[in-house]
Amino acid sequence: MRRPALIIPSVAVIAVLVAAWWVLVRVTDNAIFPTPLQVVTGMWELVKDGSLWEHIGASLFRVGAGFLLAVLFAIPLGLWMGWVRGAYSTLNPLFQILRPISPIAWIPIAILWFGVGNASPIFLIFISSIFPMIVQTTAGVHTIERRYLRAAANFGVSRYTVFRRVVIPAVMPQIVVGMRIGLGVAWLVVVAAEMVALRSGLGYLIIDSRNAGNRYDLVIAGMIIIGLIGLSLDGAMRLMEKHRSVRWRYAS
Amino acid sequence: MPVKIVVDGVHKSFASDVGPLQVVDGVSFTVDDGESVAIVGPSGCGKSTLMNIVAGFEQADRGSVRIDGAEHGRPNAKGILISQHGSVFPWLTVQQNLMFGLNGQAHGRQTLADHYAAMVGLQGFEGSYPHELSGGMLKRAELARALVVKPEILYMDEPFSALDALMNLRMRNELLRVLAEERHTVLLITHDVEEAIHLADRVLVLSQRPARIQAMFDVRLPHPRKLSGPAVQELREAILRELGVDEA
Ligand SMILES: Nc1ncnc2c1ncn2[C@@H]1O[C@H](COP(=O)(O)OP(=O)(O)OP(=O)(O)O)[C@@H](O)[C@H]1O
Ligand SMILES: [Mg+2]
Repeated sequence: MRRPALIIPSVAVIAVLVAAWWVLVRVTDNAIFPTPLQVVTGMWELVKDGSLWEHIGASLFRVGAGFLLAVLFAIPLGLWMGWVRGAYSTLNPLFQILRPISPIAWIPIAILWFGVGNASPIFLIFISSIFPMIVQTTAGVHTIERRYLRAAANFGVSRYTVFRRVVIPAVMPQIVVGMRIGLGVAWLVVVAAEMVALRSGLGYLIIDSRNAGNRYDLVIAGMIIIGLIGLSLDGAMRLMEKHRSVRWRYAS
Repeated sequence: MPVKIVVDGVHKSFASDVGPLQVVDGVSFTVDDGESVAIVGPSGCGKSTLMNIVAGFEQADRGSVRIDGAEHGRPNAKGILISQHGSVFPWLTVQQNLMFGLNGQAHGRQTLADHYAAMVGLQGFEGSYPHELSGGMLKRAELARALVVKPEILYMDEPFSALDALMNLRMRNELLRVLAEERHTVLLITHDVEEAIHLADRVLVLSQRPARIQAMFDVRLPHPRKLSGPAVQELREAILRELGVDEA
């Protein structure tokens, strides 16, 4: 992966920021804002009583469910819209209108339709991650180079073979990029959704820590955990981009 | 020998910003079964367009193309086009590319694919993806993918022009060896006059755009052809003169 020489500067920047934070809290003698050490202690508290794993598990479950549901819809839909001109001209305007609506704006409707259980955040994740994946998949089909489609036609193979051996693998790199974007958005949204409702999840942890006695050490601990998990989710998606069958598209 | 391809009065123009761009202007010629015909002409004169029409990828505005006496319709595996820009699928391995146009049982297809990969010197690279190959290897993979379906006609649009001189010569010899065994009918576009003389039984010289047939040369030399010999050199100079290139 990355060489140590490349990691050192980024670690150094983070270290400097943490140091500055520590000094500032000390100097200003702020009673509410925690020091880094207090945040670590707070995090340890959550680890010890087991609630941290519950919150992480709840958030990951919602993201997983909503995201997988979105993948199941977005990929066939995107392939269809890319391949069939009529499907594109019919559906694309609708999706272009829905796409810029922030998932946060859907929260009231989600609560109205699905209540405050797990279904609400799953719906919100679904609605927010499906559009980038549709767009990427459709664009992927549209950008298949004509020379490849011509070569496929030249060999006189069935439409099924063209789809399985040309269209789908040709679009796969774009699908992977779409999934990476989609999962990133999904993680953003689950935290926001959990702040509004529910009794579990990292978003709930943050809001609840603030409401129940200004526990800003836990607020910041939650934020850091969200960031770290987001980083690992993205890293996992990046691994997919390394696969030999899609690397041709990213290699130059 | 029976006539394989008849090109009869083909015209083609494209729409452009400044009105129609006349690209092919009444080209007629025939290719016999098993014959190799090379087409040379200035860059941009309409060679690729002409070949796309013959291979069925584009429609002529006027005129017709007949293959084995039948009006030519859509592209099919009877004639495989090796395009100027290469079209080996980057998302499939060499072996999967070669198996693409084959029907039947997986095992039989695989054996055949590996046989042709070996024939163009790609043994050991069956599992490689195109981006892991060199330019010359990629061209060989493309050639093997065309040959493996045993097409009656090979349409080759500057197949070796992106290669260095040494690899170019090797590929030509490779092709001649295959042709001696399998006897395809070949239509070859090239801007390399020596390559045309090396490979073809006949050389057609096209004019500047819009393309018309300006001259035709028979290459009545037995294989293997000695490229530095006087017969080839004489023919080469005659063709170059036709193309308006005078060598001092
Ligand atoms: N699809 C198209 N639409 C519009 N113009 C085209 C199209 N295809 C080719 N042309 C034009 O037709 C002319 C001939 O193109 P063509 O590709 O047939 O040339 P060529 O003889 O193969 O050239 P080269 O030796 O450089 O490959 C060019 O001026 C090109 O711009
Ligand atoms: Mg050309």
